Amino acid sequence: MNDLHMYVDSEEMEVSFGPQHPATHGVLRVMVKLDGERIIDAKPIIGYLHRGTEKLFERETYNGCIPHTDRMDYTAAATNNQGLVGAVEKLMGITVPPRAAYIRMILAELQRLSSHLIWFATHVLDIGAQTPFFYTFEEREKILDLYEEYCGARLTLNCMRVGGQPYDVTADWLQHCRSFIDQLPAKVADWERLITKNRIWLLRTVGIGVISAADAIEWGLTGPPLRGSGVKWDIRKVFPYDHYDEVEFDVPIGVNGDTYDRYLVRMEEIRQSIRILRQCLDRLPDGPVMAKAPKVIKPPKGEVYFSVEAPKGELGYYVVSDGTDKPYRLRVRPACFINLQALPELVRGHLVADLVAVIGTLDIVLGEIDR
Amino acid sequence: MADQDKPTTPSPPAAPAAPKLSWEEKPVPPVARDAMELPLVRSLLNALPGASVDAVELAGQVTVVVPADRVIEVCRACKEKLDFTFLVDLTAVDWKDRPEGRFDVVYWMHRFTDSQRLRVKVRLADGAELASVTPVWKTANWMEREVFDMFGIYFGGHPNLERILTWEGFNGHPLRKDFPVEGIDTGAAIYPDVYPPGGGPVKDGEGAA
Repeated sequence: MNDLHMYVDSEEMEVSFGPQHPATHGVLRVMVKLDGERIIDAKPIIGYLHRGTEKLFERETYNGCIPHTDRMDYTAAATNNQGLVGAVEKLMGITVPPRAAYIRMILAELQRLSSHLIWFATHVLDIGAQTPFFYTFEEREKILDLYEEYCGARLTLNCMRVGGQPYDVTADWLQHCRSFIDQLPAKVADWERLITKNRIWLLRTVGIGVISAADAIEWGLTGPPLRGSGVKWDIRKVFPYDHYDEVEFDVPIGVNGDTYDRYLVRMEEIRQSIRILRQCLDRLPDGPVMAKAPKVIKPPKGEVYFSVEAPKGELGYYVVSDGTDKPYRLRVRPACFINLQALPELVRGHLVADLVAVIGTLDIVLGEIDR
Repeated sequence: MADQDKPTTPSPPAAPAAPKLSWEEKPVPPVARDAMELPLVRSLLNALPGASVDAVELAGQVTVVVPADRVIEVCRACKEKLDFTFLVDLTAVDWKDRPEGRFDVVYWMHRFTDSQRLRVKVRLADGAELASVTPVWKTANWMEREVFDMFGIYFGGHPNLERILTWEGFNGHPLRKDFPVEGIDTGAAIYPDVYPPGGGPVKDGEGAA
């Protein structure tokens, strides 16, 4: 009898959330300490998808590493490729021909659209709106078709090489790309009409998972979670790579640093990506797509860090070369891994249902967290 | 490629060819140079006399090598005096058999005021302990756990130094150069009765000894 009372009276409870729960966006497990419905503490447990990518890099040639990067953030393979080739090019002093750089920007911005569409679909689905899921996945399908037409792959693209692009784009492809982005803004406006002022959506996101700008910096957040807190910081503006300094776009920022502001930031980023894509298609220069890079990529001894603005945040590559054709060490600075670290900070004091909203708003991909 | 389509008539020795564009030339890799006189390194030395032992600049990125026992002091000075409020990355490199210490622990930090980045590097012997920088930047927590997991470097004063990507009970540190790429016999550490030393489940069904 006494034993039973011990259990009935206890108010704290520890619940394992995941790793097979669909709302965790992969194989994330969170040990949640609860007081009734309220979260006292949360402890993310990761590593279920660990494949030792950084170890595998060390036995591959530089171009051989590129397919491994596809499988990190598998919703944004193009930006993963872009970071790696950029890092190696920086270490070797290769200048990419402008046409190749513009093709990279087009591929990367399409990827940002595709990644944000998945985020939007799954985030609102987690919170209870099912319809946008079908709308956005239809549009994402068109982006995947564009990738298929360009390089033959839909998800694991392997679409960049050290020194340039493996393939040139055709006039047909550019036409398809243009007609896709011409019809997209109206669709985005439709989705926003469904969600942005939706009463349930506002109740579930405003004031949930608040983080101040100072805390966001302290926790190393990057990408939309940092911008949602009002820090105007985008790698494309701060350290422009490819030809991002030649195109015009705005960096949207939030005010309150809550889930709703991060939602607004990402929706605006979708529009800005469309704007960048238009400019890239208008300006795409003629010329070769491959620089005069050596056949065997052998960077000199040295170390270099290069980062790109991936859809999820700052994705960095730290290359240490010992002068051979294989990287001595190739470290990935994963955006999601470091963003996820702030999860306990964001959910403390909220309800269990808000945990799902906060995981959605951090926009994590476990392939990149566990590598 | 319009030039190649023309019939091959002997062309007159015309005006000198247009200067080659940068992507048509053989790439010239960036060269490392001494950075001791750069204002950034100077300001660090002023903030913390005698800290730096070496400073190199490569491709616009400054690396400062500091003694391992002063790492927390240097990081705190970087954050509080030089305004490097953002720790971008923390990782390690294994230089097996290097006489001056097996590991490099690398801190890569960012300053928002002028978008300046600085790499602080520490050389560390195998088995030596390094002070954790979690009191300086909270974000170092998981990064140090990952370095501990992958390289077996101990961070003294870390609030929760556990394995993060591999599981507790995993035997080995995968990113060390002497760890085989094929992996190791991992089951043995946890279920010696199911996975006997030598690897794999036993032939006659699970757990049968």
